[in-house]
Amino acid sequence: MLNYAIKRIGLAVLIIFLVMLAMYAMVFLVPGDPASLALGPRATPELKQALMESMGLDKPVYVQVWNFFRNALTGDLGYDVWSKRPVADMILEVFPQTLFLGAVALGTAVVLGIGLGCLAVLWRGSLADRLLAVLSVSMISVPSFVIAIYLLLIFAVWLGWFPAIGAGEAGNVKSQIQAVILPAAAIGITWVGYIARLVRASMLDVMGANHVRTARAFGLTERKIVLRYALRIAIIPTIAILAVGFGSILSSAVFVETVFSRPGIGSLITGAVLKRNYPVVMGAVLFMTAFYLFVVTAADLLMAYLDPRIRDVLRG
Amino acid sequence: MCSVASRGSRTAWRALRADALGMMGFVIVATFIAMALFAPWIAPYDPLKIDVAHKFATPSLSHFAGTDQLGRDLLSRLIYGARTALGIALTATGIAGLCGILLGIIAGYGPRWLDALLVLVFDSLTSLPMIMLALAVITVLGPGTATLIFVIIIISVPGYARFIRAQTLSLVRSDFILAERVMDASHLRIILIHLLPNVAGQLLIVLSMDIPIVIMLEAGLSYLSLGVKPPTPSWGNILYDAYIALRQSPFMVVVAGLPLVLATLGFTFLGEALRDALDPRLQLKVIR
Repeated sequence: MLNYAIKRIGLAVLIIFLVMLAMYAMVFLVPGDPASLALGPRATPELKQALMESMGLDKPVYVQVWNFFRNALTGDLGYDVWSKRPVADMILEVFPQTLFLGAVALGTAVVLGIGLGCLAVLWRGSLADRLLAVLSVSMISVPSFVIAIYLLLIFAVWLGWFPAIGAGEAGNVKSQIQAVILPAAAIGITWVGYIARLVRASMLDVMGANHVRTARAFGLTERKIVLRYALRIAIIPTIAILAVGFGSILSSAVFVETVFSRPGIGSLITGAVLKRNYPVVMGAVLFMTAFYLFVVTAADLLMAYLDPRIRDVLRG
Repeated sequence: MCSVASRGSRTAWRALRADALGMMGFVIVATFIAMALFAPWIAPYDPLKIDVAHKFATPSLSHFAGTDQLGRDLLSRLIYGARTALGIALTATGIAGLCGILLGIIAGYGPRWLDALLVLVFDSLTSLPMIMLALAVITVLGPGTATLIFVIIIISVPGYARFIRAQTLSLVRSDFILAERVMDASHLRIILIHLLPNVAGQLLIVLSMDIPIVIMLEAGLSYLSLGVKPPTPSWGNILYDAYIALRQSPFMVVVAGLPLVLATLGFTFLGEALRDALDPRLQLKVIR
């Protein structure tokens, strides 16, 4: 187990290192330097020089890379080109909003997805099962930002049930919850479909297992078998993908936060990319990548701890 | 190989006809392809022609889907948008597929150290959140259609290469390749005549199932003004224009989102039906 853990964590650290190295490599391979790109046509040589120095771009590449990693390890991700604020502060300020959005979205998706999956198994082979299958595929394939815009139009603009923009008043839990519902629904809906499909498929596998047959022989009702015996085993693959789900939900937040003008890491990055604000983009991408890899690796280790068979896969 | 391919396509067609949803997907996809190919003949107006006097027009006989904030005909823009969406999706997945085949065969057939190195690169790229990777590349290269295609290639190649590598590895161990080797066949012959035809067909299904994701990425990034640049009609930037004008012309949003909903659904239904007919083991992907 320790061996497995070291390998997994080592791989994650290596990946983060490679990512940042690749980003630096790209910055230097591309014609035009970041400072004049960020300044645009207004760039005077003096302004450019000052910006280059403040971004550390005047030093040799290896010094820059070294500085970046050394600073990143101590929690210093550099400074915003325009506002001069520390990037780490900017990220930590908005990250809880994205985390909250992601947690609500994934939580709801898990409950609804498992529910729909169970219903599909209970009604398997029927018309309702087929309709649920079509519904799940549709939920997976329609892009979240399109759903977000439709939800915004219907429930915020036409019906006026929810606020159209923002994340609610600070400190006012009720308004924050109201503001999170539509964006969370938009991001979560993909995962409702995905989890429903997964639960249905893995549960149908379990339905042929010996203990289910025994339960059936004892005369238990189908509902009891599905909910009490099949679900308990069928849920394992679902738990296994939740970490990836969380990461993917945080990524889709990029689109949905923009649609709802919600403060968050997604809108922070998008704004920075548009202004080619390198330090902010680099810092936020590094932060999100590290967070994602942390969640996925932690989940992998947890699964490996619970199920020794998984450890052997990496060995083989 | 030719007979295998035609048998494959016949099986696929028979399966499609039996599958109502797959057939629906096929019809939707065929419609969008026709729209993309024949856009100049189908579109009632020039998609770039500005007519501010008639901005935000509601649907009428002269403008079936109304007009946008500059008075451009929305239907024409959406039809040309199909051209943008499919053009980018096919170019990008096509190139990505070729790169995937090349790198996958190199990894699976080449020396062990190269394989290990390539797998490390593939795994690093696939373990990143896709959107973060895209945004990082766009910041460096600057937004635009070429960058968009490049981003899609970077995101998709590792998955395809991994897939081809696995196929190659299992083929290399098979008896007929061994026989070729015993007969002193050149590596080039083994790769071109035996490996390539056997792995390429499989990859086609994977590629076709990825098209809705690529369409989504193109539209999503264009929506964020990080993809196709206006005034070129893309479903993403049309939707963005509509979103900005949400309160003035709610109708525009409803129409502007429809092609994206229909296209992603159509391609997914078709892909699923083809998958079920040809290779049920493949899984539907979600965006990372």
